Amino acid sequence: MPRNKLQKTQREEIMSKQGWPLYEVFIRARAGLSHRHVGSIHAADKTMALDHARDLYTRRNEGISIWVVKSADIIASDPIDSDALFGPAADKIYRHPTFYKIPDDVENI
Amino acid sequence: MNKEKALIAYVTRMGDNAIIMAQRLSEWVGHGPELEEEMAMGNFALDYVGQSRMYFSYAGELEGKGRSEDDICFLRDGWDYGNVLLLEQPNGDYGETIARLVLFETFYSLQLGALVTSPAKKLAEIAARAIKESTYHLRHAGHWLIRLGDGTDESHRRVQDAIDRLWTYTGELFEADQVDQIMQSDWEAPDLTDLRGHWHRQIDELLAKATLQKPDDGWMDSGGKNGHHSEHLGYILAEMQSLQRTYPGANW
Amino acid sequence: MYTQGLDQKQKKSVADPGDSPERLAAFQARIDADEKIEPKDWMPSAYRKTLIRQMSQHAHSEIVGMLPEGNWISRAPTLRRKAILLAKVQDEAGHGLYIYGGTETLGVSRDDLVADLLSGKAKYSSIFNYPTVTWADVGAIGWLVDGAAIMNQIPLCRCSYGPYSRAMIRVCKEESFHQRQGYEIMLELCRGTDEQKRMAQDALNRWWWPSLMMFGPSDKTSEHSAQSMAWKIKRFSNDELRQKYVDATVPQADYLGLRMPDEKLVFDEKTGHYEFGEIDWQEFFEVLKGNGKCNRERLEARNRAHDEGRWVREAARAYAEKQAAKDAA
Repeated sequence: MPRNKLQKTQREEIMSKQGWPLYEVFIRARAGLSHRHVGSIHAADKTMALDHARDLYTRRNEGISIWVVKSADIIASDPIDSDALFGPAADKIYRHPTFYKIPDDVENI
Repeated sequence: MNKEKALIAYVTRMGDNAIIMAQRLSEWVGHGPELEEEMAMGNFALDYVGQSRMYFSYAGELEGKGRSEDDICFLRDGWDYGNVLLLEQPNGDYGETIARLVLFETFYSLQLGALVTSPAKKLAEIAARAIKESTYHLRHAGHWLIRLGDGTDESHRRVQDAIDRLWTYTGELFEADQVDQIMQSDWEAPDLTDLRGHWHRQIDELLAKATLQKPDDGWMDSGGKNGHHSEHLGYILAEMQSLQRTYPGANW
Repeated sequence: MYTQGLDQKQKKSVADPGDSPERLAAFQARIDADEKIEPKDWMPSAYRKTLIRQMSQHAHSEIVGMLPEGNWISRAPTLRRKAILLAKVQDEAGHGLYIYGGTETLGVSRDDLVADLLSGKAKYSSIFNYPTVTWADVGAIGWLVDGAAIMNQIPLCRCSYGPYSRAMIRVCKEESFHQRQGYEIMLELCRGTDEQKRMAQDALNRWWWPSLMMFGPSDKTSEHSAQSMAWKIKRFSNDELRQKYVDATVPQADYLGLRMPDEKLVFDEKTGHYEFGEIDWQEFFEVLKGNGKCNRERLEARNRAHDEGRWVREAARAYAEKQAAKDAA
């Protein structure tokens, strides 16, 4: 399609101005469970974001509650910091119940 | 006309509204302004196909001549279709589709809201199901009407044009004929004059939020409920019924 | 997920130390240990590029793939079939969205990817450039095309890239009904009138070879395979999957009482596999190049939707900006 090829740069320019922001979608599958990240959608505003999340992610009865949040608003840790953030917890084995040796005949502990 | 006949006619009309709306909405699948909106239109169309099946099966049952949902849908010609003219109009642009949804769903939710207590048990059950779907459609389309009305100059102009163009088909929604009268007296269907008042109040509120002008009630087109249609319905039916008509009696 | 937040970080980490041999080795070690790679993790630029290419093509295919079947929504022969087909075609839009979403975690925007599709720069599956001329084509697509897609997609559920693998798990779960509904249509036709049987055989004749082409060029000529296998973006070779597909599908055709349009098709007792005739690769490459029966219509349809939807997208954005300004005031 030569016509489209010619217009491509122009099109891309327009599109970058037009695109709707990205939202992350979290769904609570049923009461008692926490909301879980399921994916993302694009929407122009928050109401639309909820509608789009509903129309895309709950077509098969997958949820009873939806959260959406602008992807740009998520603050995430960086894998570069992983050692500093998560390494120190690795050797604190005394935080786990299996660390303690209690004789089998002691009950209810 | 006795009350049983009126109920059959009324239920069939509701099925006709549903299937014609489904045909129109599904035209957006693959061709919408954004993928997420194609999903939405697909969901709405599916809701309406589902509703049409319930109405047609019920009508067939009431009639008692062994006609299936498909017989009623695919083997009747235009003069037996009782959908309102508003629904057979072409989609137009997305603004016009949204405008039609708002005009119709506002009416339909009110209608369903009244029918959930009808002594026609099955009709009441269908209404209870359909009203959930209709409420969501109205929420989605209503927000879109506001966005387009209060968006850009172009979108405002387009959606105002759409409302103006479609207005002439809104009168028919509230025209009560014999079927409606019997339904009202014998099956607790809504009084259309009453309903019209509610409809106007809701539409006024929404149009104001969307910064749109309400058109004057000029000449109103009608006839769809009694099988007097515009040219558009013939094409919808020709397309929809083509396989059933070409291969009579086949199973699919 | 995470795209905006990690955009700059990624650029830095990719540009800074570069794909040094140590980093590449460490990365490969993670893959070999069956670890999943997540969006913010360091990855070789070629890995990122390959994924963007593959995932976006996959997403484009889902979206363009709505069109041939979408043709028949208005003409589905019963209300039940109409509902099923509508749900199926709509699922494809959903799958496109899941996969676009996954691709966006790699630091590209959907708008840019879609622009490449619309300009003709990006590719999508050749199969969707064939026309759907009878109702049986809807059956054949479900049975054969979705069947082939499932063969391809199930291994992708174990792909090394987390977001892709998660999207594929969701897709596969939803798609399991797609092939079944297609086969059910074929069954109904084959049990029906002579005309319906003829319709079914005709559809099989037209879709069989193109469905074999969906697995891509033969391993002998395929370029990207080895690296993709090492990275666990791909789990089986094109020919392996194609053979699996033929083995699974031929008995299904037999059950229907249909004949595969391949004179050379024969079951080899020794290997336990079907041998089949030579694929017309000339046709495959022509369709890929844009010379299929429907390439032009498909792209025109998507371009038209995009162009005619521009004022809608703009309006929604303008409205959102006005509201944001009001909230701020």
